This record gives sequence, structure tokens and C-alpha cells, in this order.
Amino acid sequence: MKKLDRNGRHPVRLTLNGMPEEGFAEPRMLLTDFLRHEVGATGTHVACEHGVCGACTVRIDGKAVRACLMLAVQADGAEIETIEGLAEADGSFGPLQQAFHENFALQCGFCTPGFLMSLSEYLEKNPDPTVEEIKVALSGNLCRCTGYHEIINAGLDAAKALRERRQQTD
Amino acid sequence: MPDFAIPEAVRAEDGHVGRRLPRIEDRALLRGEGGFVDDVPVKKGTLHAAFVRSPHAHAEIVAIDASAALALPGVFAVVTGADMAAESDPMIVGFENPIDYYGLAVDKVRYVGEPVVAVAATDRYRAEDAADLIEVTYNVLPAVVDPVAACAPDAPKLHPRSESNCVSRRHFVHGDPDTAFAEAECTTDLTIRYPRNSITPMETYAAVVETNRETGGFDVLSNFQGPFSVHTVMALALRIRTAALRHRSPKNSGGSFGSKLTIFPYIVVLCVLARKAGRPVKWIEDRLEHLSASSVAPNRVTKVEAAYTKDGTVTGLRLTHWDDHGAYLRAPMPAPIYRMHGVSTNGYFIRHLEVTNHIVSTNKCPTGAVRGFGGPQLYFAVERMMQRIAVLTGRDPLDVIRRNLIAAEQFPYKAIAGSLLDSGDYRQTVEETVEQGDLAALKRRRDAARAEGRLYGIGYAACVEPSQSNMGYISTLKTGLERERAGPKDGAVASVTVSVDALGSVNVIGDSVPQGQGHQTALAQIVADQLGLTPDDVVVSLDTDTAKDGWSIAAGNYSCRFAPASASAAHQAATRVREKMARIAAANLNVPAAEVEFTDGKIHAANNPDNAIPFYRVGGLAHWSPSSLPDDVEPGIRETAMWNAPELTPTTAKDEINTSLAYGFGFDFCGVEVDPDTGAVTVDRYVSAHDCGTILNPGLAEGQIRGSWASAFGATFLEEFRYEDDGTFRSGTFAEYLVPTAAELPDIRLVHPTPHPSPYTRLGAKGIAEGNQYTTPVCIANAVADALGVEDIELPLKPAKVLAWVQAEEPPPSAAVEPDGDDALPARPTIDGSGEVQVPAPPEHVWAMLLDPERMARIVPGCERLEAAGEAGFAGAVVLGAGPVRGRFEARIDLTDLEKPHRARLSGTADGPLGSSRGEGAFELVAQDGGTLVRYRYSVELSGKIAAVGGRMVRGAARQLIDRFLRALVREAGGDADSGSSRGLSARLKRLVGGRA
Amino acid sequence: MKPAPFDYVRAECLEDAVAVLAEHGDEARILAGGQSLMPMLNMRLVRPEVLVDIGGLPDLARIEDESETVAIGAAVTQGGLADWPDLTSALPVVAAALPHVGHFQTRNRGTVCGSLCHADPSSELPLCLALLEGEVELHSARGVRTVPADDFQRGVLTTAKEPDEVAVRARLPKARDGERFAFLEFQHRHGDFAVVAVAAKRSGDSVSLAVGGVADRPEVCHWDALPGDAVDDALNDLAWALGGSDDIHATARHRRQLVRHLGRQAIEATAAGGAGA
Repeated sequence: MKKLDRNGRHPVRLTLNGMPEEGFAEPRMLLTDFLRHEVGATGTHVACEHGVCGACTVRIDGKAVRACLMLAVQADGAEIETIEGLAEADGSFGPLQQAFHENFALQCGFCTPGFLMSLSEYLEKNPDPTVEEIKVALSGNLCRCTGYHEIINAGLDAAKALRERRQQTD
Repeated sequence: MPDFAIPEAVRAEDGHVGRRLPRIEDRALLRGEGGFVDDVPVKKGTLHAAFVRSPHAHAEIVAIDASAALALPGVFAVVTGADMAAESDPMIVGFENPIDYYGLAVDKVRYVGEPVVAVAATDRYRAEDAADLIEVTYNVLPAVVDPVAACAPDAPKLHPRSESNCVSRRHFVHGDPDTAFAEAECTTDLTIRYPRNSITPMETYAAVVETNRETGGFDVLSNFQGPFSVHTVMALALRIRTAALRHRSPKNSGGSFGSKLTIFPYIVVLCVLARKAGRPVKWIEDRLEHLSASSVAPNRVTKVEAAYTKDGTVTGLRLTHWDDHGAYLRAPMPAPIYRMHGVSTNGYFIRHLEVTNHIVSTNKCPTGAVRGFGGPQLYFAVERMMQRIAVLTGRDPLDVIRRNLIAAEQFPYKAIAGSLLDSGDYRQTVEETVEQGDLAALKRRRDAARAEGRLYGIGYAACVEPSQSNMGYISTLKTGLERERAGPKDGAVASVTVSVDALGSVNVIGDSVPQGQGHQTALAQIVADQLGLTPDDVVVSLDTDTAKDGWSIAAGNYSCRFAPASASAAHQAATRVREKMARIAAANLNVPAAEVEFTDGKIHAANNPDNAIPFYRVGGLAHWSPSSLPDDVEPGIRETAMWNAPELTPTTAKDEINTSLAYGFGFDFCGVEVDPDTGAVTVDRYVSAHDCGTILNPGLAEGQIRGSWASAFGATFLEEFRYEDDGTFRSGTFAEYLVPTAAELPDIRLVHPTPHPSPYTRLGAKGIAEGNQYTTPVCIANAVADALGVEDIELPLKPAKVLAWVQAEEPPPSAAVEPDGDDALPARPTIDGSGEVQVPAPPEHVWAMLLDPERMARIVPGCERLEAAGEAGFAGAVVLGAGPVRGRFEARIDLTDLEKPHRARLSGTADGPLGSSRGEGAFELVAQDGGTLVRYRYSVELSGKIAAVGGRMVRGAARQLIDRFLRALVREAGGDADSGSSRGLSARLKRLVGGRA
Repeated sequence: MKPAPFDYVRAECLEDAVAVLAEHGDEARILAGGQSLMPMLNMRLVRPEVLVDIGGLPDLARIEDESETVAIGAAVTQGGLADWPDLTSALPVVAAALPHVGHFQTRNRGTVCGSLCHADPSSELPLCLALLEGEVELHSARGVRTVPADDFQRGVLTTAKEPDEVAVRARLPKARDGERFAFLEFQHRHGDFAVVAVAAKRSGDSVSLAVGGVADRPEVCHWDALPGDAVDDALNDLAWALGGSDDIHATARHRRQLVRHLGRQAIEATAAGGAGA
């Protein structure tokens, strides 16, 4: 059993979008602050820090979670995916990004990383959601610009694109 | 999809304006490569700020002790209100007033969450540690939160220099309202209360400031949104030249909806803090700070009176407003009420109007800009009145709206209070909406629902949508004489610069400070069209820098300024570039400049496309070969338009003001159903139409409509900043201040009516972003009024409130049950309780226990230290809370009216980082069964953080603490304390069913 | 909104956690999924000296199908339980309640036992524990004890768990043949804590109704028989007896109305079939 002292800065090693990253964190440092200011991955945004708004959603070992409700030291050894990892290998938009772009599904873009990462897991679990299902799935992410309509459409379009891609690879 | 989309505009085949062009902004944002303030790297050594905030609605600051904080490693500086008063001047507003505002509380705090001390440390974590160590001693004062009550002569007064909390009262008479009312066939009145809300952008306030030795001023990076007239306010407060306050805004801002205007007081405080700390200082406002102390729309009480004919024609209107601006006025407040003054009669032909504006201070968060800017409050009153008139005249509400609308042939129409309504055909818009939105089907739905006994109603609302504010309108709050002394104020200058470099690349910068609306895309479309290019050929950079950009006081993003103003400025700048390039090209093509056209990257003779020169060649000539240019053509290509509209004139001597340049028109109708079992209101159908003239990009425009719908839906059903009567703030987190999610938001049917472009803007475009803020709350309220036959509809429509309108009387309990609801007592902001407990000791012993600090220390839950204090009382430290939520409080209890060993009264206080508590109570000791029956009652109020974030649970937690105290009392007296409140409830449930529970 | 400083221990076994609690008692907090604790840490409502992270303990991440009960380890997430293939047959009321617990992202980390220990009076899982008369197994250096539901949750955010104890698993009785369940709640937004939540169980003539969001903890009322024409009066009395508070989300009166309305719907649903084994 190892105790990490509150005053120390402890090494945290993790995989971020497939690349190894290392940084240091006091035990109380939130994962959001670690990703943004220690690693420099500022694509993940912070908007409430009490787990309601979903802007900071990232995938940890495949699961979409609130990065503001995790300590950096808890993520030691984890595989983390963020918005920065959603593009295709050639840098072009991935299916989720493309669907958001075509549907005008973002305005200020501050909540967008959370919506993308939530959908990124959700559409794996439920590849063909109904409108009602996708509304419920997105209810843990707040957006104040769009009114959600376009985000819902983008989610449906992305689901379709992902299904087609899966069929092609099968 | 989209089923009911705004169609692409029919324009020249190669035109880009009007097309649904996907956004340029997305390219970075969707890859996580946006540039928000917190994404911008800062200098090493930059400090982070945190604030100590008031837990009280109203209190004198007796003392501030920051010594422990300053002793903490990593803490560099603290700034208090006294420092601000010494090192800065009060921040000015648009009229002389008795309020001194410095950004930090000086002498007194006036709302919960008010910043009291700023602290700078090496990181935000340490800054918060330091803030926790700063001890502020308060003397709590009575508070006032209701704007009408605040105007009473005996109300607690917020500002010592003011005679009343009503800091401004203005009375306006337009036409002859007295005669209109005296001669009216009918009159009626209605009082509405519009709640406090805002739109809480996802990105909070963010700023990085540092001193600039060269200028003696400051360099600031922040997400301030403008208007840049406020830049002057900051510089004056900091006692520096305006040019020495260099403000930059970053590439991206995470929404604002008005709120980021009022980051400016924080910028002033942070500048003083950075100077004191000797390092750059960064501050990212957190969500608790944002909800309690950033900015809100003023809540308002309005008494609306109407004179009308029996057929529903309105002949006169009286509006008496009490506009609640909270604790301080911050520029440009109290602007919202004046921004709407010119359209007080909405889109109706009403020629007699009387308006009385009370601008009121109360113990609540100060106000600022919020999308809709005075419109939701005004139109809620006017449109509720239209519905009332329909009810009172027995007419269809739509008929009342129709008959009063301004007729198409009356445009441009000078409204009685001064707005020059530029264009429109309101009746046509209504008819098109009724038709396309299928009102007939909705009425059939309502009739079918009502036939089944369901509570179903239809509501309507119309609104004039002002855009591009006249910078002079706030002067309407001054008297004519004061205006004359101050000099004329009018206009609204917008700036865009278009430049073409030596390889023909086009650069556009502007002062529109976007917060997500897609300005880059729209400006690229506009400029591309002028220059015969594609939007991809145009690079638009909308980060701003006051030291380098073209800008004027109106710069910024507010009041739907972009579509009329920035688009016009871009069009003008691009036109100038085009004219200049045409002249250079004309010399090469041997045709007159007037006969030159720009197509597909070429500049060519209009009648002979083959006689052409590439666009980039002309750019090259302007930069590489000034000698080859026509004699009167300056080298280089860079044109800055400072665009203004002559229609934006100053307030007249008769107080008439054309508050805005372009006025769109919106019309909505909806059907709602009320569930009589739960009080829940469901929006069954919602149809919305907006005529905003030329649409620049339908994708962007629809986003504004749907976004406005969403926030207006929130304002209608969920969103409210709640204050108790004593000023306690209750809406401190996103679990208290409820924002609609994808799951709650019904879809709307958008109708695209025939557009009526503005004759006063260069592209005919008007604003579109605020329409649903105006229509939706009152449209739904009118529908609920229709469903229930209720007159007083107050937002938000929380089911508990609606239930009380539906269910006249609640079924009483049977005789077997003793009610145990909080509402057995009159509603109070306090936590009240009473009860009795049997203690196995005679009254004399119990009495001695209660007055013995040593024994009390064993009884009081979480007591760390307790000593006798005063004549009869205790002082000490206690750790109080529920479960893991605990905080250390400095506590003081005084006993009075002692009648040994029978009864006494108690009063006490407890203060700590979690908040403050004040309470009073009494106990009585009655000898009974060899022991003592202790009867007690208490009343406790909690304020500060715990009240703001834990509202759902503080009552239960308080009950638990009292329970623990009583058990300990019984135990201390040697008894068996194993009887608690939850067990008491179990026993009641058991009695209830006669079995186990 | 940053936590106050604390030491952090990643427990490698249950004994680690027990040892830290034995040493630090009330000054230590168990961190499993963190979905209740972390917001309170960020707001500095909770300031522990040391956090003990048990989220990574594989022994605690198991759902065990015992003959009469299901044992849910302290590291089992709400999402993990929702994905358990036997959930609908073994614990139908939990299956019905889980989609209402926060959002899928919070269920991905939030644990079942964490929700029970947080003891929010409006929370769905404590309501299920109360209705099913489950129990919570507590370990400390002093030993192991099992606390029945009725004794476990004491009030707002308060349980019978002593400062040196860690909840290791919760046991919920499996649905028996003939038992019918229903779960309903009223919330302002999807994923919010319920204004009022009810869970009903019918077995033969007997009916139990658990109500959350009204009293300071979920309360269960049990009727040996509750004929259809007696339901409204019984629920009205229950509503009045439970009391309830006014807060910014609802009034005590509204809560009573929801007890009457949801209670009837839930009881009727169990009569009509409801969710059963």
C-alpha cells in the first residue's frame, strides 16, 4: 500500500489517444487540470466541476466519464481518449466530427468535446439508436447554444455513418 | 432533415451569402484545437486568483484578517475593498447615481457571493486554500430582495449616499394616455413578476492580466464581449489612459448570451491584484462563482394597464416597471429597460403610452446583459395583456393581436416612443405562420383534448425584434436638461478591415467578438461575394486587440449587432477593396472601373470575360509595384470600414428614442397540456416564425432560433435564481439552477415567412438571435392561462406552482395521521422546528447542564472547544454537518430571559467557510415523571455556500443535528437516548397501517 | 472549485482500506467511483485528510448470485450492474430504477455501494435497498457486521456505517415467484435526483411501497392487504405522514401529491403485472 503525500507531486503515466504521456500531480489535482495544463491537451473543456454539465467527458479505458470527477492519480496507467483523438489517421474529420460539421451541431464549441466523447462510447453500445434514446443518452451533456436539435441529428447521422463503416469492414 | 428549415436564399448563382455553408470555425473546434482563454499558454510564474465571497446578503465588514493566508507558501498578494478604494476609482455608469462600485465590497457586502477579497497564489488550488484562511468578520444587516418592497421608505437601504433604493425614477408620456384612458370603452390592469435568470454560458469568465511598464497600464486577455464603451470604464477606474489598457480577446469564446459583458469589474480587480503581486494573474471563474455572482437579467415587476375598445382595439397603454438590478449598477446598466423603451408598444398601433421606470437596488447579484436584453420582461407584460383583453372581450386572442398590429403600408413606422420600425408586414407574417404552422390542426387537437376533459390551451405571442443598439439610448434615462449638458450620444459604429496581400490572399478582421455564432463563416461569405472569390479564399480572424484593431465604443457582440452592423461593415470594407482593385484592374484592362467585374478569382471586363487579369495579380501590383498604380491610388490594399447608420439619432426632447436600427418580427403559437395530477406542463406543439430580413446563412440563423428557443424554454420552465426573503441565495450549482437538456426540450416547427429586408442595413439583414427570448415565455404562459383560466401566471412554470393553480384544495389526512410537513408552518426562509424530549433528571439538573460549558461541550455535536461568554452564554468552535459534509464554525450562543430552572431564550451565530448561520429559540423545562420534559423550538437560517449548494438537504441536516443534540442531552443526564426522528417516523407509519413499517 | 489537500492511498487489498480507516477514522474517506464524493471534494464541502481508493480492487468488483440474494461488491459500478445479464430476472426493481440514476457517464464510474453510503434521501438505489429489505456488509479492524436496510440509512447523508468501517458489499434479496415490482419517479430533468421516487412490491395480497425524496431517507410502508378502493386513502395518509419539505425544486404539498399519484400508479402497475421474476 502506497500513500501519496498531499504535498508531493507524483508521477502519472497514461496513454492519451494511443500515445504515452507522463506528468506530475498532487493527489488532489483533478484529471481535467492534469490533461489540460500538465499534458497540454486543451481539447477537453471544464465547465462545472461538479459533474453535471458533461463538457469534460473523456473516455477512460473505453468508458465515457466526467474527467472533473476523477483525480489525476486515479488515471495512472489508464488509456484515455479525448476529442483530439477523433480524427482519421490522415487528419480529416472522423464520422462524429463530420456529422457535427454538416449538421451545424456546434456553435461556441465549448460543450462539444463532451458531446463527442459521450456519443463516441454510446454509439458503440447502441449503434442504431432512436431519437428518444439518443435524447436520453445526451441528457448528461449541457449545451447552451444550439438547442440540441442539430446535435441529435448529428448523432443519428454519425450512427448511420459508423454502421456503414462497420458493414464495409465486416 | 431538416423538415422545416430556412430555405437557402435565392440569389445570384455564384453568391455565397444566403447559402447553408458549413462553418469554418468547426475545423479547429471539432478537433479540440479551439483557442479559448484557458487554452492560451501563459508566462511561467503567472499566478492564479481566487475570491473570498460574502455569505451574507447584507452585512457590514467589521474586519478582514488575511495574515494566515499571506503566510501560506505560494501566496503572493491579497487585495481588499479598502485597497480598491485606495488604488482605483468607482466604476462609472451612464448617469449620476449614489452607488460607489469598486468590484470588491468596501465597508459593506450587499449580496451573497459578492467578492470581498482577491488572492493570488501559484495555482488555483493554493489560491483557494488561501481564500479559506482569510477571516472576515461581519455585522449582519437586514436585507431586502423584492423590488417593490425595496422602494418603501422604511426598507433596509443598500447605499449610504442614496435616499432610497430606487436609484432612478423616470416618467414618460408619449401621446395623450390620460385622455385615452379617460375616454376608453374598457380598461384593465395586470401585474406581472418576471423572474431572475441568465443563460449561463458553458465557458465561464476568464482573464489573464499583467502590468505593462511601458505604458504604465495593463495588458489583458479575456473573454469580455463588449460593448467596448466599457473599456473606458475600466481605464478610468484604474486611473490610466485608455490607450494604456490593452485588451485582447482570444479566437474563441464559449458562449456569452450577454453575460461576459460584466466580467469587466473583475478585470479591474485583477489588474490591481497583478500590480500588487508583481506578476501576471490568471482567473478562471468557477461555476459556483458564475451562478452566484456573475450577471443576471433584472427581474422585474410590471403593472400594465390597457385602455381598449369592446372589440379589442388597444387605445392606450400604461407600464409601470420596478426593474430589480440587485446590489450595484454596472455599465451599461440599467440599459435593458431603455433599450426596449422605443418599442414599449411592441408591434401594435398604439399611439398613447405612459411609462414609469423605477430602477431599484436590492440585496441580490448585480445585473448585466442577458440575451433578450429587457425584451422578455416587457413583452411578457404586453403579450399577457393582449391575452387578457381577448378573455375580457370574449374574442379570440389571435384576433386581438391581428387587429392591433401595425399595417404593412405604415412602414417605416415611427412608434410612439420613438423606434423607427424599418420594414415588415406583420399581418402577413402572422397569416403565413398560421397557415404553414397549421393552427387549424392545433385547434382540433385542443378541442379533442378538452372533450376528454384534459387541460389543454393554446397561446400566441408576437414580438418586434430590435437589433443593433443605438449607443445613445441609455441617455433616455437622463432628463432633457442632463442630456444637453452631457452632449449628444447616438449611433453604433461597427468596424471591419479587409486587406489583400501581394499574392492576392484576403484577410478580414473585425470587431464583432463572436461567442460561437459563426461570424467567421458569415464574413467570409460576404467578402467572398464582393471579390468574386470563394469563402475558402478568405481568412477571417476575429480575435481582437484594442492596441491594433479598428474599433469604436460599440464594438462587441450584443443586442443582435452582427447581422445588421458587422455584416454591413464587412460589406462596406469589401466594397471599397473591390472599388480600389477595380480601378487598378481597369487601368490594365483598358475599360472604365465601373465596367469591371470580379468572378472566380479573376477581374475582367463586364462585357468581355476574356479581357481579364487574375485577382492575385492586382494584389501583387498594389504591393510590388506602386509606381504602376493609377496616380490617385494608394499602394497596398487595406480598407477599414467604420460603419454607422444615420437613422440612429439621439433621444429627442420629447424622450423619443430610436433604440435600434433594424427591427425584425416574430410570431409564435403553441399548444400545451397541463397534467392535473403532477402539475407538469407539456408543450405539445410549438410553432415559431421570424422575419429577420436577409438571411446570411440559414444554418447559422436556424442555430440562433433553436438556441434561443432552448434558453427561453429554460426560462419558462426551469431556470431561476432563487433568493429567500432574507437574501439567502439558493441556486448555487447546476443541480439547483436547472438548465434544459436534450431529453426535456421539445422540438419546434420553424416557419420561414416572407422576408422583409431592412432598408437601413447594407445586406438587408436584421438580428435573429433573440426572438424566442421574447415570444416563448409569454406564448407558453398564455397557453397555460388558456388551459387553466388563470390570470396570474408566474414563471418558471415549476410543477409545484402549477399544481397549486390546478388543485384548489389538497385532500386532508384522515384523523389517524398527524401531518408532518414543513408547510404546517407559514413559509419562511428559516429552518424551524419544535418538539419535546423526556430527560431523566430533575429540571434543576438539566438547567445546570445547559449552562455548564464543560457539560455542554459534551452535548453539542462536533464541539471542539466551548467556554463561557457574556452574561450567560458560550463561545467556541464546532464542527457541524451531515455525513461527510462538515465544516468548522466559530459559534456563539447567548441565553436571555432566564427563568431558572424553567425557561430561557437562546440566540446564536455560527460562521465558517461553509457559510453562516443565525438562529434563535427557546426551551422550557417541566418537571414530569421524576424527570424533566424539555420543550423546545428553534428557528435557524443558513446562508452562504451551504445554502446555495445544499438546498435540498439543509433542512434534513439541521433536523439531524438537533436530534443529535437532544440525544446527547438525554445521555448526559444518564438516560437511554435511542429514539430518533427517523424511528419516530417509522412509528407513525406503523400506526398508519396498523402493521409493520 | 478545487479540493483541499489530502493524502491518497490506492488500496491494493481490502485490508489496506480497513487499516487506513482504523488509523484515520473520520478523517479518511473511501473513494470508489467518486461520483458523489468528488463534487463534494471540489466544492470543499468535504475535507478528508486521506482518501482511500478501493475502485481498483478486483475482489470488490464482483456481482455474486447467491441463492436468495445478489451480493454487489463495493467496486461494482451502476453501469456494470445494469449490464449484468441476470439483473432483470433477479432484481427487476433495480433494473427499472438504474436508468434513472444519473447519466450513463456517471453510471460508468459511480458504484452501487457508493450510492447507498452517500444516502441521499432522493436517490434511487437506497430506495431499492429499503424496499427489498436488503443489507449492507461493513468491515473494520473490529470485525465484520451486516446491517439491515432499515437500520442502515439514518437520515440525510447519514448511515449506520461507523467512521472506521468500509461497506464491502450490499445484498439484495432476489425476486421470488409471484412477486411483482414497479418503479416510478418524478424529476424535472432526466438524470436529476428525483423530486419523489416510489418503488412498489406486491406479493399475494401484501403490498409494500418505498418512497424517496419526501422524508429524510427512503421510507417503506407495508400493507398486508390493500384493496383497490383503499389505495387512495392509504396513500393520502402516507403522504401526510411522510411530511416533506419545501425546497427550490418543489413544495411539501407537491411532494405529497406525487406520493398519491406515483404511489397509485406503481401499486396499480404491480397489480397489472409490473416487473417480475
